[in-house]
Amino acid sequence: MADPRALRDKTCVVGIGETAYTRGTTKNPLQLSMEASLAAVNDAGIKPSQIDGVVLPNGHNGGATAGDYAANFGIDDLYYTASYPEMGGAQIVSAMEGAVMALASGICTYVLVPHCSYFYTGARARDMTANPANALQSAETIRDYYRPFGVGAPPQHYAWMAQRHMALYGTTQEQLGAVAVAMRKHAQLHPNAVMRGKPMTMADYMASKWITWPYKLLDCSLETDGAGAFIMTTAERAKDCRQKPVHVSGIASGHPFPPHDIPNRPDILRIGLDFSAPRAYAMAGVKPSDIDFAEIYDCFTGQTILQIEGAGFCKKGEGGPFCENGNIELGGTLPVNTHGGLLSQAHNTSMNHVIEAVAQLRGGCDERQVKDAELGVVTGWGGHGHGSIAILRS
Amino acid sequence: MSTAVKHDDFQLPVMSGYAKESYDLCKAHKLSFQRCAKCKTFRQPPRPLCNKCHSFETEWAPVKGTGKLYAWTIPMNPIGKAWVSYMPYVAAIVELDEGPRMATWVTDVPHDQLKLNMPVKVWYDDLTSEVTVAKFKPA
Ligand SMILES: [Zn+2]
Repeated sequence: MADPRALRDKTCVVGIGETAYTRGTTKNPLQLSMEASLAAVNDAGIKPSQIDGVVLPNGHNGGATAGDYAANFGIDDLYYTASYPEMGGAQIVSAMEGAVMALASGICTYVLVPHCSYFYTGARARDMTANPANALQSAETIRDYYRPFGVGAPPQHYAWMAQRHMALYGTTQEQLGAVAVAMRKHAQLHPNAVMRGKPMTMADYMASKWITWPYKLLDCSLETDGAGAFIMTTAERAKDCRQKPVHVSGIASGHPFPPHDIPNRPDILRIGLDFSAPRAYAMAGVKPSDIDFAEIYDCFTGQTILQIEGAGFCKKGEGGPFCENGNIELGGTLPVNTHGGLLSQAHNTSMNHVIEAVAQLRGGCDERQVKDAELGVVTGWGGHGHGSIAILRS
Repeated sequence: MSTAVKHDDFQLPVMSGYAKESYDLCKAHKLSFQRCAKCKTFRQPPRPLCNKCHSFETEWAPVKGTGKLYAWTIPMNPIGKAWVSYMPYVAAIVELDEGPRMATWVTDVPHDQLKLNMPVKVWYDDLTSEVTVAKFKPA
């Protein structure tokens, strides 16, 4: 069997593009997706028609189909398309993994990965997660076994994990709050953050209303509209692109077991990232202590703590204290979500996390730049705890 | 708090296949879980194949109805108007003594007395003439 370590640094992100993030828009997802994707193509310095692979993280729900890109970009011979709806919010990083394989195998030369989130103007998450037609593997479980008990929205399923983490390890409300406060601080430094100009303190956090104990309003990510996209090619071709290439050193996807039901996992705190992270580090040939910053899928504060542990930055159960005292803020040991994340920049399903990681590794992020950033981690979380991870190198 | 819930607007399971078999047993007040008929491994939520011995053979195994509290959350922002009058409720994961776990409610306990692993026992809430669900209270 081929060794996945052979994929280390073989492919690069060479273009990124993003629309404005807003709460409400007059544009439709197709328009937003095209706007972000064309920006990414221009950033890479290639022609739209040079794209020969379109990897759609969420299939048709991501704003446009592969056929839309072929028609709008003038791709008269599209070689490859795929999508990863089963990964839920982990789909962006898993789509990157798909692009790595399509490029390293020689099937494609330039791959576009686009994504639009329409969470403010479109359907609410609670309506999507329990609808089997959305192809989420957990939807029938939610519909038939959780919703009859008034558990139907992601904060509720995920609050179970946060509560158990608190009961087992002594994780505190203030430690959850420290995650939210750090993300909000970082958002003040990003020109395209929905919460820029709206600072928040721990007192604000503690005073925010309960959504589902132990989660407060400010433990929950934003519902926003906006699209993003990135372009990938082989490391060889990347040398001829406009921007400094960012290499994919390690990448992997993982699943909690069993994937479609939280209660019946042997340990509900063993998440997909616990399976995928060791594989990604092995592929990259680095360890967590080598990482300069992390863009973590911060759908909720507790899930951010679980992933900080899963990605190996601290031991299981120590994620709460790890997030205190500015440790995950710019200037701390591990700056997390330097753009403000899903909690305070926008919810673009971690497409914005990939874009921020690439921007950091290129350098030039001004006041939010991580000094001498060479290695960054991006994670995805979705479904009921699927976990994908990319280790990116400048 | 253990007053049976009656509501037209409840978000009910789709009564077909395994879910119907499971909720029909609840309706008979016999909480049961699907199990492999060969090696007796539980399959919750129900599914066609045993993940240990890969047998398709299934049976419904009644449980005693006693277990412990594994995790919980207390929703205070409704996911639909049907839930408003029941909030705040304790939406829990309960582990039955026989092994399988389920999403449910724990009732009849002040919220500040909820404890990890506290013993609980089943009671049945007839939501509609069709659907009964199993809930729990302190044992
Ligand atoms: Zn079996």
